[in-house]
Amino acid sequence: MTLEEAASRLESQFQAVSRKAFREELTLELTLAQIEPACRFAKEQLGFDFLADLSSVDNFGDEPRFELVYELYSLASNIHLRLRTRVSEDHLEAPSVVHIWATANWHEREVYDMMGIRFANHPDLRRILMWEGYPYYPLRKDFPLEGKSSDMPEVAFSEPAPLAGGPFVSTPGPPHIADREPRAHRVGED
Amino acid sequence: MTTTAPAAYDSKIEGNVIFSRLDACINWMRKNSLWPMPMGLACCAIEMMATACARFDIARFGAEVMRFSPRQSDVMIVAGTVTYKMAYAVKRIYDQMPEPKWVIAMGACASSGGMYRSYAVLQGIDHLLPVDVYISGCPPRPEALLEGLMKLQGKIDHERAIYDQKKELLEAIS
Repeated sequence: MTLEEAASRLESQFQAVSRKAFREELTLELTLAQIEPACRFAKEQLGFDFLADLSSVDNFGDEPRFELVYELYSLASNIHLRLRTRVSEDHLEAPSVVHIWATANWHEREVYDMMGIRFANHPDLRRILMWEGYPYYPLRKDFPLEGKSSDMPEVAFSEPAPLAGGPFVSTPGPPHIADREPRAHRVGED
Repeated sequence: MTTTAPAAYDSKIEGNVIFSRLDACINWMRKNSLWPMPMGLACCAIEMMATACARFDIARFGAEVMRFSPRQSDVMIVAGTVTYKMAYAVKRIYDQMPEPKWVIAMGACASSGGMYRSYAVLQGIDHLLPVDVYISGCPPRPEALLEGLMKLQGKIDHERAIYDQKKELLEAIS
């Protein structure tokens, strides 16, 4: 099956919001209600047996704000199809696809951890990178790069990191970098 | 006629007796048998393992006994990026080490957070633990770790072993 055939068969079953082709990569945008049955159809009828990735995008300022991206791959046909769907900030919940591809389990936990999008019927929806009780979602656009302070006694704490203008920014010239560096240790200081 | 007789030692062992301070002896024993707690958290741990292997051979400095139990360790080598999620675990392991104990911050991340000026990374293990030696590098070469170890040995050599560590005891008996 070619990518074009697979995409048109999927579109015959589900009315896509949009279809974009860019450098031989095909992206179909679906509604949130369509995404779970479309994934099931892609797995069972079109042979997309491998969920290469499941990620999320924060289009801060847009409505709906969040976007879920499903990278589907068929090992038999060697074709790659991308599905996208929008998730509104008012109702941050999407259907889980763990029962279709078991690998979605940790991907959905990561999306939940970093963006705060919940997945309905996920078997084990816990944070995967940050600790339980961390109050923020660090990959959102309105989360500052340096982080925020938090405190979970006996578990973990966090503090904003001194950025000194930016994560990798260093301007040459005086004062010397050792004097500008907010994390520098100086002899005699505690 | 009065005769004298050796009281404590005689000529047979005289040449084998050395006088020294107790502090100096204790320090000498401590510094040449540092048992590290390898707190390998990132790529620095690879260099730490290389340091322990035959080519660099940390055993030359008496620190080859890597103990994965904090209860048997003297010096914690924090080798790698300390995330906030790991921070209290590192602290807890340090707290479980018996006194006297020392800490080596190996590499940029353990010393200052390194390139991770990030929401998730502790900006230097010295926010939680008293660090004795910082080693620069990303990661430091094994020679740098050995140099750090020798610096620590030099530091231990000048500690007042009894007085500093048994202060409470000395105050109680004086």
